Amino acid sequence: MAVKEILESLDWGPAPESDKFAREWLDQHGPSFGMYINGQWVTPESGDNFESFNPATGELLGTISQAGDSEVNSAVAAARAALPGWSSSPGHVRARYLYAIARQVQKHHRLLAVIETLDNGKPIRETRDADVPLVARHFYHHAGWAQLFDETFPGYGPVGVCGQVIPWNFPLLMLAWKIAPALAAGNTVVLKPAEFTSISALVFAEICNSVGLPPGVVNIVTGDGKTGALITEHDDIDKVAFTGSTEVGRIIRKATAGSGKALTLELGGKSPFIVFEDADIDSAIEGLVNAIWFNQGQVCCAGSRLLVQESIAERFHEKLRSRMAKLRIGNPMNKAIDMGAIVDESQRKTIEDLCKLGCDEGGEMWQPSTELPDKGCFFPPTLFTNVSPSSTIVQEEVFGPVLVSLTFRNHKEAISLANNTRYGLAGSVWSQDIDTALEVARSIRAGAIWVNCTNQFDANAGFGGYRESGFGREGGREGMHAYMRPLSNGTKTEKMESRGEQKSVTKSSSSNATESVDRTAKMYIGGKQKRPDGGYTMDVTGPSGTVGQVGRGNRKDIRDAVEAASGATKWATTNAHTRSQILYYIAENLEQRSAEFAARISAMTGSTTAQAESEVADAVSEWFRWAAWADKYDGAVHETTMHGLVLALNEPLGVVGVTCPDERPLFGFTRLVAPLLAMGNSVIAVPSESNPLAATDLYQVLETSDLPAGVLNIVTGIHSEFVPALAAHDGVDSMWVGVGDVDEVQIASVSNMKRVWKVNMDASGDEYLRQSTHVKNIWLPHGV
Amino acid sequence: MAAESRNRGTPLDLEVINSIRINRSALERRASSLPKRRAVKSDWQVAWMLHAIRCIDLTTLAGDDTPGRVLRISQKAIRPIRTDLLSALDLDVNTIHCASVCVYHNMVETVSKSVQGSPVGTCAVSTGFPAGHIPHHQKLEQIEASVAAGADEIDIVVSRSNVLRNDWQALYDEVKDFRHSCGDAHLKTILATGELASLKQVAQASQVCMMAGADFIKTSTGKESVNATLPVGLVMARAIRDFYERTGNKVGFKPAGGISKAKDAVTWLAMMKEELGEEWMRPNLFRIGASSLLGDIERQLEFHLSGHYSAANRHPMA
Repeated sequence: MAVKEILESLDWGPAPESDKFAREWLDQHGPSFGMYINGQWVTPESGDNFESFNPATGELLGTISQAGDSEVNSAVAAARAALPGWSSSPGHVRARYLYAIARQVQKHHRLLAVIETLDNGKPIRETRDADVPLVARHFYHHAGWAQLFDETFPGYGPVGVCGQVIPWNFPLLMLAWKIAPALAAGNTVVLKPAEFTSISALVFAEICNSVGLPPGVVNIVTGDGKTGALITEHDDIDKVAFTGSTEVGRIIRKATAGSGKALTLELGGKSPFIVFEDADIDSAIEGLVNAIWFNQGQVCCAGSRLLVQESIAERFHEKLRSRMAKLRIGNPMNKAIDMGAIVDESQRKTIEDLCKLGCDEGGEMWQPSTELPDKGCFFPPTLFTNVSPSSTIVQEEVFGPVLVSLTFRNHKEAISLANNTRYGLAGSVWSQDIDTALEVARSIRAGAIWVNCTNQFDANAGFGGYRESGFGREGGREGMHAYMRPLSNGTKTEKMESRGEQKSVTKSSSSNATESVDRTAKMYIGGKQKRPDGGYTMDVTGPSGTVGQVGRGNRKDIRDAVEAASGATKWATTNAHTRSQILYYIAENLEQRSAEFAARISAMTGSTTAQAESEVADAVSEWFRWAAWADKYDGAVHETTMHGLVLALNEPLGVVGVTCPDERPLFGFTRLVAPLLAMGNSVIAVPSESNPLAATDLYQVLETSDLPAGVLNIVTGIHSEFVPALAAHDGVDSMWVGVGDVDEVQIASVSNMKRVWKVNMDASGDEYLRQSTHVKNIWLPHGV
Repeated sequence: MAAESRNRGTPLDLEVINSIRINRSALERRASSLPKRRAVKSDWQVAWMLHAIRCIDLTTLAGDDTPGRVLRISQKAIRPIRTDLLSALDLDVNTIHCASVCVYHNMVETVSKSVQGSPVGTCAVSTGFPAGHIPHHQKLEQIEASVAAGADEIDIVVSRSNVLRNDWQALYDEVKDFRHSCGDAHLKTILATGELASLKQVAQASQVCMMAGADFIKTSTGKESVNATLPVGLVMARAIRDFYERTGNKVGFKPAGGISKAKDAVTWLAMMKEELGEEWMRPNLFRIGASSLLGDIERQLEFHLSGHYSAANRHPMA
């Protein structure tokens, strides 16, 4: 167009990024790409491969190797072989490698950005200004953790060989989130990029090679889901880390359950974007652009669910539509476009189908009349109004540029709507009122909350979800824990389990005459003693015969207990001082009756009076310990690149089910239950199957100690008859397995992806506290 | 500018003023991403830079201004670009000129005579510019004197103390008086944003000035330590959009101070197009107050045409 004409129209023009150097790289390394295993470039024996396209143009970028059994085996073997050397190398040495990688990423930032855009279809503006700088920052930051590893995490070591499977939406950034902390902690890795977007990982492999990273420390294998399964199901993998869809996460969770592999999952979301009437409306609109039209909405933490206060909804939607009409969609290599291509036709189809369903269900769909490019895989920005929580499109993750909008009347309704989801990855709150903003930020059950901002990331702030959005954090100190394990990982737990099995339990309900008045322990549910639903009682026997009776619980008792615990979540917001006082009070009341408890323990377990007395004393001390911790497990304020505060809060998990060990039953019960209560969780405790009376005798102690009803519920009986129901219950947020088969619990808990901890009785206090909580990061930028 | 298109003003609406909410960090993020999202390259860049010239109020506000110096500036405003450069772009020599020449009152007559017969306007800073600490009646007299001397645009300074103390009634009354004294001359109200307490106050003062009948709202005198910044510009542009949506009156925007690079001028134009639309990029609704900006644009234009970097001495000085 001639200058003269532009001078009249004042139109935007193209601002193309050159792909010259990326082409050169592709020409030099392609058109068929190998994999990086044990420091060597290899091609699969089978010769299997698949094609990789530029979704914006449909152009073929090259063919990517499909790793099979043999390649995955050799990659895992290489990682295993490299592990001793890498994990025992001083933190400073690992730091130097990570630092060198960070430097290389910076030096080649434009190449990486262009390759990423060609392969993924996202705007060059994003790869250049967001993805790649965050990658460099991640490696710099984790070079720091490697340097400080010994002094920061004494008593911890790497998990081992990590199998990492990453998605296509942020190919290089997700690679960095996986590899940087793993290497910093001394792990070695086998990583598989997503099949749509393998190339930037291969450039990265070249970087690893160029900095002289020892062979086998990082192995990059390429392939589709089959290759992913070969990695996650490989026997010699110690830890699996996956980012991707909740659907695949569930499959991996099932596959790894029972394998003894550590697991972190970062999955889907349907994150709320809440706008109050006292927000800076125009800024909130702009925030939405970043929330849902960043990376074409193909972002796990995309603010895809707009909740706007009813009083401003109409005007807000009007402003939003006119903003949407200004979004520029086109070739992502144009520096001045807002939205690029959808990663693949299959994904575009998924988005389209969900939109169609949204319309069929009565939703009102609006799209601007913006022209889309003739070829390539594009989808316009889309807004759905006239939808409700019962609409599929409001519940399902679309993973595309589709926003649904709901209205709310007040902050309470906003919070309820925000939490009315299976997910819990992120949330955004817009209000200029600090009280509203913070109250709502704290009430959303999600791992990252952005106040008056959205999609903020930093290497020093952990990112990860609640609920079905997964578990584990990436970034910062909390993220490092996902790649570490305590060096003293106990063998003791297993010992206790086996002991438990040795003791027989009489499953009859015959009654013996006893010296004292009959005292049959019932269930303890919702602060009351409840008869077991089934109406059965069972004997508890000690070395000298029957000691007493307890109720024989079933899944309905579990149902009632979970309901009571779910109703007691006020405990989570009860101030820490009060929680601590109540725990001290329990200790006090327990001690008053120590003789009685000691006698009972002796009778049940056959321990000597001295042993029993010492156990009670230990239990009292244990209650003291966690009472003391209640107001001392502080969160943190993270240092990030944002001007403002990033508050890392240790929040309770919610409702936690616990199975308690047989050995030293009163003490064991206390060690597991007390820290959970101290951190504000509601608990369903399943006492030792053989020695349950130590727990049931506590009923009266609890009743006199002001513990609110429902905060601690106790269900006795034969574990195998109801623990599976507890593990499978969607209302239970986490399971602590103190006794019994952790694999079964993991398998049963797949439905809501709950976090499962195989209790290590000897773990440090810090470990108990961490297992009792998860971290929520609240981002609070500020300025006048 | 047709008279009927002028802002008619509205009564002071305190409810609107009090409901304004501004979030600085969000604006800063928008301001930092906007130039990257809306890069303008090659021919478009040339056109946009040329267009920026059409929006310039070419300004000299120095103690040592003399009629001779002001005359030179006036002539430069009429013919800002070398004819050969325009010809190379197939543009008529009359296509490109600055919007106005902006001076202190004493120089108004010089400018007015010099630009007579050209499309370039005469603009006077007024009301005790830059601090505004003179009696109110003298401010009105100054406006009237400048209009009488030939000024068709008056850039006034608001009393910062009214803004800082949230005395919106006083600000409204003051600006309404200024507008009255302007008569047919157009009124630009300088908020001196660098001296206000917050971006929220910038938004509030913008609304009050528009309610009082300002034809333009302007960021700075160029004499404050902080001049026109993009976050401030976003706040003011959005205030204009809000006022237009509420009242149907179109008010113009003039960033001033510190805009000295061609690239910055293009960014400001992009901001206007993004937030307000193409109509608000035209000189009847957008001005840039600048003195050295033109020189940089000239050099950049020559670079685009010749392919090599230019030097200042190759372009006629102002």
